[in-house]
Amino acid sequence: MSDFDWLFFIEVLVGGLLSGVMYSLVAIGFVLIYKTSGVLNFAQGAMLLFAALTFVSLTERGVPFALAFAITFAIMVVIGIAIERTVLRPLTNKPPITLFMATLGLSYVIEGAAQLIWGTQVHGLDLGIEDLPFDVGGVFISQFDIFAAVVAAGMVAALSAFFRYTRIGLGFRAVADDQFAALAIGLRLPWIWATVWAAAGLVALVAGLLWGARVGVQFSLSLIVLKALPVLVLGGFDSILGAIVGGLLIGATEKLAEVYIGEYFGGGIEGWFAYVVALAFLLVRPSGLFGQKLVERV
Amino acid sequence: MGHNEVLLSVNGVKATYNHAITALHGVTFTVARGEIVALLGANGAGKTTTLKAVSNLLPAERGLVTEGNILFQGLDVATAKPADLVRSGLVQVLEGRHCFRSLTVEENLVTGGLGRSGGRAEIAAALEKVYAHFPRLKEKRHALSGLTSGGEQQMTAIGRALMSRPRLLVLDEPSMGLAPIVVQDIFRTLRRLNREEGLSILVAEQNSTVALKYADRATILENGAAVLSGDAAELRNRDDVKAFYLGQSPRPAAPNTPILPAIAV
Repeated sequence: MSDFDWLFFIEVLVGGLLSGVMYSLVAIGFVLIYKTSGVLNFAQGAMLLFAALTFVSLTERGVPFALAFAITFAIMVVIGIAIERTVLRPLTNKPPITLFMATLGLSYVIEGAAQLIWGTQVHGLDLGIEDLPFDVGGVFISQFDIFAAVVAAGMVAALSAFFRYTRIGLGFRAVADDQFAALAIGLRLPWIWATVWAAAGLVALVAGLLWGARVGVQFSLSLIVLKALPVLVLGGFDSILGAIVGGLLIGATEKLAEVYIGEYFGGGIEGWFAYVVALAFLLVRPSGLFGQKLVERV
Repeated sequence: MGHNEVLLSVNGVKATYNHAITALHGVTFTVARGEIVALLGANGAGKTTTLKAVSNLLPAERGLVTEGNILFQGLDVATAKPADLVRSGLVQVLEGRHCFRSLTVEENLVTGGLGRSGGRAEIAAALEKVYAHFPRLKEKRHALSGLTSGGEQQMTAIGRALMSRPRLLVLDEPSMGLAPIVVQDIFRTLRRLNREEGLSILVAEQNSTVALKYADRATILENGAAVLSGDAAELRNRDDVKAFYLGQSPRPAAPNTPILPAIAV
């Protein structure tokens, strides 16, 4: 193994970890909603697309960055609350599969609406960060990746602080723990759900911008949900920490697998290797790395 | 304390689950201000369903009150959201405690005060009051609730409910799975709350011995119907009640007929 190129290995690993951050960002949107309402919101990808598309369309019409961001965020909040009111609330107490089907249908409605409003062409999105590699001790790291990682980390820190130190955050954690008890002690669940959907909308917006800048704002953007699923399987559907660690693991494994064992499969394994990892993981730990931390003494 | 003003009245309530399973057919009783009322009955008699109907929690479990009504201070509870009932002074401690396991004991208590949206100082004052009633909770305030003992969890659940400053505290089987001495302790605290602060209490219990010892009045449920009501002291001394609830009688009485002393062995 003397001819093993460690520098190259590290470069691939870091690149993988950084792209994993982008997966985490998408996965966190799922976790927020799943934790509080037990719904696997398949429409998260469509929300991400809708957010990115709205933002790009606004900036293309000359709206400044900050204003476009604020407007898009407001729209996402309204959409989130509307979904909670019109789709999920009437379906309260229905089996999980019904809710899942509802969000699956919803994702097509949102995509259709996005298409109707903003058209179908691909948009470029320039966040003003150039994707130039720079050199850290011989390892080349993409500037954009670092930027994305910093944004994601900031976002996670802000969300964590919100849930830890605010009252509505405490309510959120209570609902995530035991919805029925939360109802019985007088927490206003609709308010908490609305907040969570707003937070998921913000996550969708940020993830949409980063992914949009990376691959262009187009309709395949909504398929990013499929990238988030292995992350969720690995990290657990109800853990924000799990989403982060899961994203990093998937990102790193994907890239390393592509570079080191891809050639034995004729290359291009990056697209499906995450699922292999997730499936293997399901056999060992079905609730994920951090899923459903059981704190109980009987 | 005059037990004349009716706080809660349950009038001929019938309830079903999933529009199919009838859980209650005819439950009637009242709770006056300042009273402790016990709701007794075997497993499946309808105690929990009755209490859930009182807090309007049945819809969340696909249940429905089909006949009769429940009035809390004149308000028809079926028309109010559970959160509104808590605000107007009716709060329930659920069967099985239902603490938020991954929150600390203190965080659990604070969640109980969130519905009132009081200020920080108000919540802090309410916390101190709860700690005064349950000193154990103060020691454990930073422990994760899921890691505390059953008795501590029950205290947490009661304390959490008290944080909303209720007028009527509803408890579902507070003795479940607890050691007799802990049960004793909890019922004593409840009685102190009742005597000193005028808190009215409605408690469902399978442990009729303890419940009848601390309650003013009791109603006995059987197969989803109220079959007997009376003063706790009187019920405590009736042989038929003793026989049936101490498990000495092989045959439960039919619904709607008072249990006859003759049934006693």
